[in-house]
Amino acid sequence: MSGSDMSASPAASRTRLYGSWGNILRAEHETLAPRSVDGAREIAARLPAHSAIARGNGRSYGDVALNPGRTLVDMLGLDHFIAFDATTGRLRCEAGILLSDILAVLSRPDRDGSGWLLPVMPGTRFITVGGAIANDVHGKNAHGLGSFGCHVVDLELARSDGRRLVCSPEENPDLFAATIGGLGLTGLILTATLQLRRVPGLALEAEDIAFDRLEDFFTLDAESAQAWEYTAAWIDCLAGGEALGRGIYMRARHAPGVGAPPPARAPSRSVPLTPPLSGVNGLSVRAFNALYWRKLGSKRRKSHVGSYEKVFFPLDAIGHWNRLYGPAGFYQFQAVVPPEHAEPVTRELLAEISSARQGSMLVVLKRFGDIVSPGLISFPMPGITLALDFPNLGDATRKLLARLERIVVAAGGRIYPAKDFSMSRESFAKGYPALQDFLRHRDPAMSSAFARRMGIVEEEDAS
Amino acid sequence: MSTSPRRIAIFGATSDIAVAFARAHAAGGTRFALSARDGAALDRLAQDLKVRGAGEVTVRTVDFADLSQLPAIAEAMWGAFGGLDVALIAYGSLPDQAKACLDPALAEEALRLNFTSPALLVNTLAGYFEAARAGTIAVITSVAGDRGRQSNYVYGGAKGGLQTFLDGVRHRLHASGVTVLDIRPGFVATKMTQHLPQTGPLWAQPDKVASDISAAIAKRRAVLYTPWFWWVIMTIVCALPRAVFHRSKL
Ligand SMILES: Cc1cc2nc3c(=O)[nH]c(=O)nc-3n(C[C@H](O)[C@H](O)[C@H](O)COP(=O)(O)OP(=O)(O)OC[C@H]3O[C@@H](n4cnc5c(N)ncnc54)[C@H](O)[C@@H]3O)c2cc1C
Repeated sequence: MSGSDMSASPAASRTRLYGSWGNILRAEHETLAPRSVDGAREIAARLPAHSAIARGNGRSYGDVALNPGRTLVDMLGLDHFIAFDATTGRLRCEAGILLSDILAVLSRPDRDGSGWLLPVMPGTRFITVGGAIANDVHGKNAHGLGSFGCHVVDLELARSDGRRLVCSPEENPDLFAATIGGLGLTGLILTATLQLRRVPGLALEAEDIAFDRLEDFFTLDAESAQAWEYTAAWIDCLAGGEALGRGIYMRARHAPGVGAPPPARAPSRSVPLTPPLSGVNGLSVRAFNALYWRKLGSKRRKSHVGSYEKVFFPLDAIGHWNRLYGPAGFYQFQAVVPPEHAEPVTRELLAEISSARQGSMLVVLKRFGDIVSPGLISFPMPGITLALDFPNLGDATRKLLARLERIVVAAGGRIYPAKDFSMSRESFAKGYPALQDFLRHRDPAMSSAFARRMGIVEEEDAS
Repeated sequence: MSTSPRRIAIFGATSDIAVAFARAHAAGGTRFALSARDGAALDRLAQDLKVRGAGEVTVRTVDFADLSQLPAIAEAMWGAFGGLDVALIAYGSLPDQAKACLDPALAEEALRLNFTSPALLVNTLAGYFEAARAGTIAVITSVAGDRGRQSNYVYGGAKGGLQTFLDGVRHRLHASGVTVLDIRPGFVATKMTQHLPQTGPLWAQPDKVASDISAAIAKRRAVLYTPWFWWVIMTIVCALPRAVFHRSKL
């Protein structure tokens, strides 16, 4: 009954229920859970064709880390640090380690408040290094530092032919490029070396500014680009007409000499179970947006200096907040459109959402810079990215998503697979012109619900 | 931080509870002497603890089922840093009860690893700690040791015997100021229990158990039920009249 043992078996196989973060799909999977890098390599070497996909911490909203009826390789057992060089800031670790652990252990302020920080962090710290690489995630500083993949020095990949390969810009560069943003389809990422970043103060100076219309976002953004390294805006997506695109612009930068302790490893409060009905509906969204829009009061501007937790990870404060959407779950939509179409296309998207009256509470608008990610099919590209989530109302929601998708792809943009549960094969192929090149590096054993939905792996391929 | 132990030895260091315990104490230069059967896993853990802030980590591979290795391993771990603040014994195995009923060799193996070996090891360590007149010997037993049940009395019997043995060692070491902690976890989601569903309100994570152990060591407690509600459950289970208990399928 108690929990210690000496067994060194590479993995135990069993079936388990896994879902997408958006709870659109939950399904039984045959699960393999390697406990070590060697164990993971042995597992990879035994995988039949089109059978398996790696899973990190399941924070992808869509189906990139799902594989119903087939195998999931749960990578959370690979959670060891390997080495950290405090003079160069190079960290080597296993791929199942969480960003929250890296922050807790390595991002501690020195006496002068400075310290080492992950160069790129998405809106949640509860994701694995492997998941961050496979989706090539981005953060609020994408305009200045690019995506996560830009800071990967090298990685080790286990392939189903039994090989364990080191991949970097110098060694196996093609496979390196395919694996960054490669959605787990090139094999199991075992370890990675990351280049951390020295910041003059771990605390942030943050400023929130209310703005009245979409044009103002672009003005504020242009103004902030140089001096503020973290930027993003919340948009009130229910506002239409004159007020279309109004919102709150959020910008932050490191406060030199001011330290901040790392955020907790787990949220202190959590939604214990899925309520039978969604707590997120037309009424609550309307109320939330109206209140949130006014949160800065009559001064319409607020600033403070302090921990980065609230700026980077506002949603991490409550565990399993995704359950609030009820049993039907929710769709997340994130797209990027090239800079030349940014303003008109964003306007068109917001108008479409506002007129469909399918509001979202989390609406993020953010500019990506010109730093090119090393990944072949990475999501980030120069332009404006819009992210929202919609309670799942069935057909009406899927139709809205299809309309948004059409607008984005017609403008030369693309949809983010990590957040997707509905894009068409055509849109995927159009949005990711290097797809054919990428496919040559696919590991034949890998398949996911997403890969099958996109026709990357044919349904009848599966044995 | 002043109460945090500075020299820790862990026997069965690669078990999930032990790993969680070691990680929780790594920051601030704690020195670790680690032993387990799997050398590669030990090396991996040693590196991990160093990045997490451990001062020094020594490792030793050992098969605890081989009783002849115990005196040497105890000496080596005690001597690694010239004495210890905490020795945590965390190894064990969960035998298949149905098979162990039919196969004496399997039952003997389980009794050896879950009773004879840790008991002999504690006995040897007790001598070192007694002479130093300080420190804590912490041993993971199990709530399964509190009352024999048809479904796992081989494991439960070994753990129950170990509990009684620890009781005696505690009595012996009382005068020297050494603490003996008997840790009784319930269901913990570890690799040992990976074949079970591991979901439901009774299942605990290794991190939770590890932090309970740390608190119990700091408070110099004698017996720890972790999570706490197992104390309530086991009090009831032990109080059930035999006539009632025997009708259950537990
Ligand atoms: C609240 C919240 C906010 C978010 N904010 C952002 C954001 O700002 N920016 C952003 O980019 N994303 C954001 N995301 C999405 C999230 O960062 C990504 O989905 C991330 O990839 C999830 O990592 P994970 O470890 O949970 O991996 P999973 O979701 O489990 O898997 C993601 C992909 O990685 C692959 N994978 C995982 N581990 C390995 C491995 N070891 N080897 C090979 N492949 C592997 C999987 O196969 C899958 O394709 C957010 C998600 C949430 C829930």
